[in-house]
Formats: sequence, C-alpha cells, structure tokens
Amino acid sequence: MAGVRAMRRRVISARDLVKTYGDFNAVDGISFDVPAGESFGLLGPNGAGKSTTMRMIGGVTQRTSGHLDIMGLDPEHQGPEVRAHLGVVPQQDNLDEELRVRDNLIVYGRYFGLPRAYLEQRADELLEFAQLEDKAKARVDSLSGGMKRRLTIARSLINEPKILLLDEPTTGLDPQARHVLWDRLFRLKEQGVTLVLTTHYMDEAEQLCDRLIVVDKGKIMAEGSPTALIREHSSREVLEVRFGADRNAAVVPRLDGVGERLEALPDRILVYTDDGEGSLEQIRNRGLHPVTSLVRRASLEDVFLRLTGRSLVD
Amino acid sequence: MKALTDDDYVLSADERPLGALYSRNARAVIERGARVIRSQNWIILVSGFFEPVFYLLSMGVGLGRLVGAVDGPGGAPISYAAYIAPALLAVSAMNGAIYDSTWNIFFKMHFGKLYQSMLYTSLGPFDIAVGEIALALFRGFLYALGFTGVMGIMGLITTPWALLLVPTSVMVAFGFASFGMAITSYMKTFQQMDIITFVMLPMFLFSATFYPLSVYPAPIQWIVEAFPLWHGVELMRQISIGAFSPATLVHLAYYLVMIVVGLAFTTRRLRALFLR
Amino acid sequence: MTEVRSERLHAHAPEVSAARARRWGSFYFMEHMLRGMRAYLVTIVVTSVGNPLLYLFSMGVGLATIVDRSQSTHFEGIGYLAFAAPALLVSSAVMTCANEMMFPVMDGFKWRRVYYGPHVTPLVPGQLALGHVMAVSVRLLVQCTVFFLIMLAFGAALSPMAWLLVPVGVLAGMAFGTPLMAYAASIQKENFQFSMIQRFVIMPLFLFSGTFYPLETMPAAMQWIGWISPLWHGNQLGRLVSIGASEPAWLVVVHIAYLAVLVVLGIVLARRSYTKRMDA
Repeated sequence: MAGVRAMRRRVISARDLVKTYGDFNAVDGISFDVPAGESFGLLGPNGAGKSTTMRMIGGVTQRTSGHLDIMGLDPEHQGPEVRAHLGVVPQQDNLDEELRVRDNLIVYGRYFGLPRAYLEQRADELLEFAQLEDKAKARVDSLSGGMKRRLTIARSLINEPKILLLDEPTTGLDPQARHVLWDRLFRLKEQGVTLVLTTHYMDEAEQLCDRLIVVDKGKIMAEGSPTALIREHSSREVLEVRFGADRNAAVVPRLDGVGERLEALPDRILVYTDDGEGSLEQIRNRGLHPVTSLVRRASLEDVFLRLTGRSLVD
Repeated sequence: MKALTDDDYVLSADERPLGALYSRNARAVIERGARVIRSQNWIILVSGFFEPVFYLLSMGVGLGRLVGAVDGPGGAPISYAAYIAPALLAVSAMNGAIYDSTWNIFFKMHFGKLYQSMLYTSLGPFDIAVGEIALALFRGFLYALGFTGVMGIMGLITTPWALLLVPTSVMVAFGFASFGMAITSYMKTFQQMDIITFVMLPMFLFSATFYPLSVYPAPIQWIVEAFPLWHGVELMRQISIGAFSPATLVHLAYYLVMIVVGLAFTTRRLRALFLR
Repeated sequence: MTEVRSERLHAHAPEVSAARARRWGSFYFMEHMLRGMRAYLVTIVVTSVGNPLLYLFSMGVGLATIVDRSQSTHFEGIGYLAFAAPALLVSSAVMTCANEMMFPVMDGFKWRRVYYGPHVTPLVPGQLALGHVMAVSVRLLVQCTVFFLIMLAFGAALSPMAWLLVPVGVLAGMAFGTPLMAYAASIQKENFQFSMIQRFVIMPLFLFSGTFYPLETMPAAMQWIGWISPLWHGNQLGRLVSIGASEPAWLVVVHIAYLAVLVVLGIVLARRSYTKRMDA
C-alpha cells in the first residue's frame, strides 16, 4: 500500500499551516501530503479548522504562516494558475441566485476563461450528470436543497479539474441523494481525479477516503486509512448500553472487566469489545439490565472519542 | 475522458506582475453583470437615473421660481435650475460610484457569497475589482447621458461644452469608486458601513450643490474645498456653461490624482478585502 | 442539587402565560424589537443628532442665504429656516419610519426570521405587527424630540405650541409607515421592490410635498402629489404648530383625519397580512 502511494507524485504538500483570526488559532500547525489520484479526507467536528485548511489550499484566504505547495506552486502567489486546476464545492452553496441554472454553469466557466462553445456542451453534460436537465431554465431559488447541492458540484466540474475540494459535500442531503453523490465521486476517482474532502460523517469518510487526518482544534490528532485508524484506536465492535440518565455513572464501576475498555458518556456507556453479544451476556450475568442495548461495528466516531474525549457530532 | 496521470499534475509558474491577484479575465465579471442586467426588469437598471431628475424638478423648477437667477461660474447670472443641474449630476455620479464600490461589494462579499464562488475559480481579486468598477462606470455613463438629455430638454444647455458633462461625470465616478473599494476593505460590520453614510451626507449637503460656497465663513470654506465632491461640482458647473478658469485645471488634477492614488490604495488592499 | 430546590423559581402556570400574552403580548414583542435596536444604537444616536444639525444648517441656514435674499413673502413672512425646519423634522420622521417598515419586516419573515421565534410562543401574529409598530413609534418619539430640541437651539421654533411637532412627526411617520408595513409583509421575495419604493415613492414625496417651498409654487398639475402625500399633511400641521402658519380650520381637520385614518388602516391591514402569512 505505502509503496504504491510513494510512487505517485505529491500534488498537495502542506507544512505547518497556521491561520489565526485575532487571538484564535483556527488552524494550528497542520502538515500533510496528498499523492495524485488519492481520495484524502479531513475529519473533525465543526470549527476544527477543516474549512479554513480548504480555503488555504484554494489560496482564497491568507495563511498566517506555513508552506503550501499545490502541484509545484504556492496558491497564495499563483492563485489563478492553481485554481484553474481546482474544482471547489464549498460548505454552503454559493450559487449565483441572480442567474438561472444553466447560466450558473456557463458564467462560472467564463471565470476560467473557457470558450463559449466548450461551455455550451459541457453545461449540458453536467446538467445530465447532476440530473437537472429539466431545470436548465429554472431560477436557482426554486431548487430544493439537494438540487442546489448537485448543481454546486456540477459547477465545480466545469473546468475538468484535477483536484476536487469538497467541503462537507453531503451535509443536509437525504440518504438516497448521498449515495447518488458518492457514486459520482467514485467515478471521478476512477478517472484519476484527486479528491480532498472534509466531513464530520464517519460513514462518508469510511466510504470515500483512502486516507484521512482527524482534526480537532486546528491540530492533527491522527492520520491513516479508516480501517487502520479503527484498528489502532478502537475495538472491532462496540456495545452501547443505557441504564437511564441518573444511573449510568453509578453502574460503571460494576462493569469493571467487561470488554477491553469502557467509555461513560452522560447518556450511555460504550463498551469496546471484540464480541458485543458476549459482553452483553456478561453484563446481564452480573444482574444488570440495561434499558436499551445495541451492538454495532466500531466507527471513526469511536476513534474520535478516543482521541479527544469528545463526541464528533454534538 | 482519459484518466489523469502524474504528468498531468505539473504546473509552471507565471511571473506576471500582480500574477497572484489577476488573471486578465475581468471580462468574465463584466459578462456576468451584463447577463444579470439583461435578466432583470429594465426599470431597475434605469431607476437610479430618476433621483437627480426629481431633485432638478423639485429644487430647480419649484424652488427656482422663488429664488430667481443666481451668479454662475463666470459671474454672469443663470437660472437656479441651470445652477444646480451640473452639481446634481456630480452628486449622482458620486452616490452611484460609492454605492457600487462599498455597499454592493460589502453585501456580495458577506451575504451574497458571490465573490467566494468567483474567487475559487482562476479569477483573482483584481479581476473582480476591475470588472465591478467597469460595470459601475458603465451604469454611471448611462445615467449621465440621460441626465444631460433631460438638461437639454429643459433648455439648460447653452453650449456644446456641456456635452463634456458625460465623460467628466464618469471621471468623477471613477475617482470615488477607486477609493470606495479600499475603504470597504476596512469594514467588517453593518454598523461600520454606516460610517460611510455619515461622511457622504454632509459632503452632499455642504458641497455647494444648492448654494454658493461663499455663504460659509472662510474656515468652513477651506474644509469644503478639501473634499472631492466640491471639486466635482465646480468642475461640472464650469463645463455646463463653458466658463473655464485656472481653477478648472486644479479640479481636473484633483480627480486624476484621486484616481491614481485610489487605484493604488485599492490594489494594496485587495488581499484584505477579498482574501480574509 | 436537592438543597437548592427550595429556592428554585418556577415558571408560572401555562394558563397564566396565555392570559398575560393575550393582554401584553404586543408589549413583549416591542421590548424584543427595542432590544434588537441596541445593536444599532450608535447609528441611531448619531443620525438622530447628526441629521437635524446637517439639514438645518445646510437646507435651513445655507439655502436661506439665497432664498431670503429675494422674496420671503412666500414663506409666511418669516425666515426660510423657520419655514423649512418643521417640514424637515416631519420628513426625517417619515423616512426613518419607512426604513423601519421595509427591510426589518422582510428580515422578520424571511432573512433572520425574527418573527418566527415568538410565533411558537403564546403570542399571535397580530401582536407582532403591533409590537413592531410600537417599537418604531418609540424610536420616532426619541428622534423627533431630539430634532425639536436642536430646532430650538437654532431658534427655528417660533410658536409656544411648537413642541406639538413631536407628536405630529410620529403621526406623519406612522401614516406612511403602517400601510408600507402591510405591503412589506405581503411580498414573498424582495425583488428590488424596496429600492423602487425608495426611489419612486419616498424620494418624490420628500421633494414634492411642500417641504422646501409651499405646494402652490409647483405647477397645478403636480399639486395632487401633495394632497395624497402624508408628508404634505404632516408638513402643514408641523408649520401650523411651529410657526403658527395660517390654515383654515376645516383643512386642519382634514390633515389630522387623513393621517389618523392612514395609521389605523395601515395597522389593520398589517395585522391582517401578518396573520395571513404566519398562520396560513
């Protein structure tokens, strides 16, 4: 695995990135490399510094310090050249509400100086890609949230980018729309496009990312593939038990020795174990009867909890 | 589409001056503006033209009946309407340019999110600044043309020199627009934006638009003379009747310096304005 | 935890909340609005003090130097400053009120959706409309009082009844503001309607409602603008109380009645649009 990656050219190389707003460090010394064709994720809660990092990659925010190299250039000094090869899907859709759907694509393409004939063709292709063919002439504010998101993603592809930056691409979408979107992103990956995405959804990171960094309070907490991170920082399964709001804490000492590790949250207790059902049996044998119990596979949520002591989505 | 290989991922630098901020594609920004204007109701585009016309009708015709003739730039008496018309055009050029380069930019930056999407393309902040200023000046040009036409219909134009009101009005607008963006770069909240209004309103009211500067005591006259609008008003007034003096050159020079300094200032502040 | 319980305060019974909201709901929302205005306190104070100074000095004192020079007979035989000042006060009230009834209303329904918070409490939409009106009235009251005091300093208020300018200003402002509020509450999407109103209604009213010179000076074909304009009726009342301008009694009654009817009609329509929009 590592050997294969080393052979590919590094397209993004970040060293000690820092971004300070007043006395708040939004990004506090982040370093990472992304090889060509990789799908790279930044996982962390809201306000962890993921979006700011993305903005620095695009050269649309000035970094306070650190070095950044995108395909050999510094986006702060060669912004237009770098961004000509990027596609960007910002966290909040920023479609041009004053223009109609298809015009949004064409006008955006003109910002890259792309010729009109190409754009006419490409716009239709992308409308099909985003399943918005019948909305070509619609006003942007008449679209549903999911349609706007798909249009934003279609727009980011107008210049056939080599690197696609996706900031929380599926936040606010229903499950079906998310799967459609993931499918589109897989296809782009097959074409060799490098994906960089931020997310606070574990399943999304596990589905889409070859490798990811876990970010919290502007710092990198861990780095690796989703499976490696889970293996390293969690067990195979997790048993969640609830004993009622005021009893959870009191029960914890009595669970001593069950599973590999316990995590007591205000509303529930997590038991890290390789055999969830077995652990539940153990608990019952001690005369304890949880109000609810659930056995699930360990996820990145557990990794995050382990690393920071906090939940990812609060 | 052919799959990308490592060789596709190599870029070479472009070492043009302003390369980090400018992609020589301000045209795309102008095109976008033109598309929006075309899809809008035409009345929105032309509405800005009416404000100075209403002022001219109300103050020039209405109040003019009571005021009678006043001394024009050369000393010869002219009608009150002819006295305030060129001044109103200067005020209108200022207002339009300041609105477009401050509130409009501020709003699109913080709420419309338009610039966020533009900046993620190969456009740089300089492209956006040039495009927006060009659009603002074009609109100013249309209004100036219309207003000069109204002056003609009202019989307030007596010399071919008055045709120069149109380009001069665009120059006045350029002076204010070039500064407005730089000033907006320091603004972070709505409350701070109100400061602009606090400066503009007195400039409008005191810059000898409706009555000669001589009504003020000398120290106040000096203050008014330091501000750009007064130079615009005087210049336009001189042009409207073709009565020039050495002061004409001072007024012109004032605006040329203002444009050059304003553009340099705005260019320096582009990062602060757009790349936060 | 258990020790504290004895001192802990409890919300009163829901029935009490409902009864109080029914009675005082508009005031609760007025308080909400006034607290919201605190974010703009500096702007409000600066404009309340700055505008009278600027306008009285430029349009009053400055313009007076060329107007009084020729003929002051048109201006009730008094100086131009005293003639223009009451109308400037009324105009500033009308413009402030108009602004408070456009974007803030849209803000309440659409942008920050300020109205929808109270809407899920015992308050009803009609109370939100009324609370908004009352909060803006408070602002106008303060603004007109400040303007009046500055007029006094300029020596521009001649009659002992001049203090009545303050209620006249509030009344005229509301006569224009409340119907506008009803309209603002009825539009779904702001497509420049407000700037159109600013440019084609408010600005012409300011300029053609006898603010700077008597309405009769204008060509007869344009005088109708004044007759329908709340601003003209306000201006006439303002001059009546401020400089004792001569006005036939029946016309004074018309001024007051016209303004009062507009305010009442505006509030009724606004309450209706608020209810229709929020409860539909």
